Amino acid sequence: MNMHKTAGGGFKDAPVEAARSFRILMNAMARPGSISQLDAIEPPDPLSPAAGTALLTLADPTTPVFLAGAADTETARNWVAFHIGAPIIEPSDLRSFAGRGRPPGEVFAVGAWADLRGHLEALPIGRPDYPDRSATLIADLPTIANSGAKLSGPGIRAIEALSLPETEVFQENNARFPLGFDVFFTSGSLVAALPRSTRVEAA
Amino acid sequence: MYVAVKGGERAIDNAHAWRDEERRGDTSIPEVSLAQIREQLALAVNRVMAEGSLFDADLAALAIKQSRGDLIEAIFLIRAYRTTLPRFGASRPVATSKMAVDRRVSATFKDLPGGQILGPTFDYTHRLLDFKLAAEGKAPEVKIAPATKEDVPHVTSFLNKDGLIETELPSNEEPRDLTREPLEFPAGRDLRLQSMARGDEGFILSLAYSTQRGYGRTHAFVGELRIGRVAVEMDIPELGFAIEIGEVELTECETVNQFKGSKTEPPQFTRGYGLVFGQSERKAIAMSLLDRSLRWQELGEDFVGAPAQDEEFVLAHCDNIQATGFLEHIKLPHYVDFQSELELVRRLRTEAEAAQEAAE
Amino acid sequence: MNAQAYNFAYLDEQTKRMIRRAILKGLAIPGYQVPFASREMPMPYGWGTGGVQVTAACLVPEDKLKVIDQGADDTTNAVSIRKFFEKTAGVEVTEATGEASLIQTRHRIPEQDLSKDQILVYQVPIPEPLRFLEPRETETRKMHELEEYGLMHVKLYEDISRHGEISTSYAYPVKVEGRYIMDPSPIPKFDNPKLSDSSAIQLFGAGREQRIYALPPYTDVQSLDFEDYPFEVSKAPHDCDLCGAKDTYLDEVITDDAGSRMYVCSDTDFCSTRRQNGHVGRLGTPVSSEVA
Repeated sequence: MNMHKTAGGGFKDAPVEAARSFRILMNAMARPGSISQLDAIEPPDPLSPAAGTALLTLADPTTPVFLAGAADTETARNWVAFHIGAPIIEPSDLRSFAGRGRPPGEVFAVGAWADLRGHLEALPIGRPDYPDRSATLIADLPTIANSGAKLSGPGIRAIEALSLPETEVFQENNARFPLGFDVFFTSGSLVAALPRSTRVEAA
Repeated sequence: MYVAVKGGERAIDNAHAWRDEERRGDTSIPEVSLAQIREQLALAVNRVMAEGSLFDADLAALAIKQSRGDLIEAIFLIRAYRTTLPRFGASRPVATSKMAVDRRVSATFKDLPGGQILGPTFDYTHRLLDFKLAAEGKAPEVKIAPATKEDVPHVTSFLNKDGLIETELPSNEEPRDLTREPLEFPAGRDLRLQSMARGDEGFILSLAYSTQRGYGRTHAFVGELRIGRVAVEMDIPELGFAIEIGEVELTECETVNQFKGSKTEPPQFTRGYGLVFGQSERKAIAMSLLDRSLRWQELGEDFVGAPAQDEEFVLAHCDNIQATGFLEHIKLPHYVDFQSELELVRRLRTEAEAAQEAAE
Repeated sequence: MNAQAYNFAYLDEQTKRMIRRAILKGLAIPGYQVPFASREMPMPYGWGTGGVQVTAACLVPEDKLKVIDQGADDTTNAVSIRKFFEKTAGVEVTEATGEASLIQTRHRIPEQDLSKDQILVYQVPIPEPLRFLEPRETETRKMHELEEYGLMHVKLYEDISRHGEISTSYAYPVKVEGRYIMDPSPIPKFDNPKLSDSSAIQLFGAGREQRIYALPPYTDVQSLDFEDYPFEVSKAPHDCDLCGAKDTYLDEVITDDAGSRMYVCSDTDFCSTRRQNGHVGRLGTPVSSEVA
C-alpha cells in the first residue's frame, strides 16, 4: 500500500475528534433536516469532507462499505483500507449482509446521490424482527439547504425544510417503517440526516 | 432541622480504605504473595481463569488477592480487565489429541490405548481433614513420570470406527463470539459452548445434576476425561505458517450418551462436550452433560420442558457476573420507585376500606 | 489501575463506534431496542453499565456532565459514576440541571424542562416492557415485530378489574409514535409526561441486557391507558417541606421513631435552587440562616 498517499485523511486525535464528529452526526440524526458542519478530515476526492468524516467516524472492520460509482476509485479504496479497515463490497453483496450473523447487517453505502440511486433496491432495509440491521447511506449532494421538501416526524418540532434531490423514494422508505434505510446527506462540509422515520412531502 | 444526607463521596472513600485494611488482616501475620496463591491455591486460580475467560495465572492470583478470596469478585476483575485488551487475532483450534496428559480416565472402557492415568486427583481420597497440613508440613517427594509425547487418541474415535457414535465433522466455519456480538436466540452450539465455558460452575453443575435426576435425562457416560497441556498456535500471515505462541492447561470431557435413533438417524451413541481452562473437571463434566441436553432439537428429541434443555434459560442465566451484578443492584437506592408503590398501596387500601365500610 | 492507561472516556474506539452505530439506529427507529455487544465495564451489571457505555460513546471534552440517582446528585452510585468520568474523560461536572450538556440518570427525569442542547441518558435494568408478561426474548421479539401488544392491554385491564385502577406506579409502559411499546426505565409514572415532546435527546442504555434505544426530540410518547381509564400521574399529596414546591415528585423521609414524616423534593438540584431563590417550605428555614 502506498502509505504517504492515503495517510493524510485520518483523525489527528482519534478519540476526541471521533467523539465530536459523532455528536454532530447524532444531533443530525436526532433532528432530521437540521444542517451542521462536519469536516474533521480531508478525505481523498471525490469524497466530501463531511462524507469522509462521517464514514471515518462510524465505519470499521466490522461494517462493510460500498463505494458507489464515481466514489469507487483506487485512492478511495486505499483510504478506506488504511484508515477504516472496512471490507469493501459490491452491490451484489449488499443484501447478503443483512441476515443473521456477522457482520450484524449494517453496511455503509457512500457516494454521490445520483450514483447511489440505482442501488437502493439492493440495500438491506433490516428484518421485521431486527429492523436495525439496515444500510446507512452517506449521500453527497451538490448543495444542501433548508428549503424544498417538507419534513415532519420524530425529531422535528413542527415542519423542517430540506433540499432533497427527490421525494417519492423517501416517502416509500418511510412507508415501510420500521424497515428502511437511513441517510446522511453531505455536501462539502455540511451534513443533514433523513432517517426512515421522517415523513416527506414535496414542496 | 432536616438536612439531606450529603457526603456520598467521602463515605465511599472511607469505606474503600476500611476494606483495604480488612483485606490485609492482622499485620503480624505475613502477607500472602501472588506466587503463593498461584502455586498453592491453583484450583481457585483455574476457576478464575476459566470463568474470567483469560488464561493468565498471575493475574488470576492478583484478582483473588484483591478480592479477598471472593472468586466471583475475582472473576469480575479479570473480565473487566480482559475487555480492555487489544485483540491481535485468533488462534488455530487446539488439538487435544496431542495433549500432554496429566490425567486421563474413561468410564466406558476398562483399558484403552494410551492407558488410564489417575493424575493429581482428589478421587479416592478419604475426606478427612489432614492436620499435617495445619502444621505446615513439607510436601512429600514423589516421582512423576513425564507426560507421554505420543498422541493420545480420543475414546470416542474408537467407537466412531464402528459407526456406533455420531460423527462430528470438522468445520471451518468461524465460531461466533458472545463477547463481541449481542447474544441472539437461537444461539447455536458454538455460542452455547462458549457461554458454558465462561459460565458459573455452580449453575452449570446444578443444571447438569438436574438432567441426571430426570429433568431432561440424557443417560451420560464419561467416555473420557483428560487434563493436560496443549500448544496454542497462531497463523502469521506475514510468515505464511503457524507458530506456537504458548501453552494452556485444559480439561476436556466427552460424554457418550444413549440415543434411540430418530426419523433420520439409526440408534447410536451421541456426544456431549465440555472444555474448560485449567484443571476444572467438575465444570467440564457438567458442561458436557448440559451441552448434550441442549442438543435435543438437533437430534430430533422431544422438548420435555426441562430447564437444562432450554437454551435461552441456560444462556441468559449462566453468567455469574451478570447475575451477581443484577442481584446485588437491588441494594442500591430504590426509594423513588418504592415511594410510588407506597402511595399506590395506601390509595388502594383506603379505597378497599371505604368499600368495605360501605358494604357493612 | 491508572486512568491514563485507558482511552478517552474509557472505552476503546471500536467499542465506541459499535455503540454509536446502535444509538443512530435507535434514533432512526424510535422506541425499538437495538441489540449491542455490551462490554464488561469496571462496575457491576445492574449498576448503570448501559448508561455508562452510552455516556462514554457520547461524551466530548467540552461536555458538562451531571449524574443523578433517584433525582439526587449525591447518592453513592451517582457519585461513583461521576467520578469515573471525571477520571477517564476529564470532563467538567455540575449539579445544576440547566448547566449540564449531558445528564445520566437512574429512576428520574429532572423537574426542570430540558433544552435542545441537552442529552438525557437513562440507566435501564430491564429494557423489555413485555418481559414480565413473557420471559422469552424469542417471543417478545415476535410481539414487537407483529405489533402484538394485546398481552399488555390485558394485564393493564386485569389491574383495573381487580383494583379499580392500573396498579403500575413506575416503569409505566409507553407507546412511541404509535408503533413500539417501550419501557421508560423505572421512573415513577409521575415523570412519564416529560418523555413526550421533549426538546432534548433521550437515550436509554441496558448493559446486561445488551440493548440501546432512543427518543429523538419532539417524539410522541403516550402512556398506555384506556378511554374510560385515562393515564393519571401520581405523587404524594403534599408540598415539599423544604422548598414548598407543589408540583414536584417527593421523597418521604421518616424523621423519628414515632413515625413522623416529612416530604422533600427528590430532585435535589431543583429543591436547592428554589430555596436559594427564597422559597421556604413547612419545615424549611431560609437558606441565608443556615450555617455554611
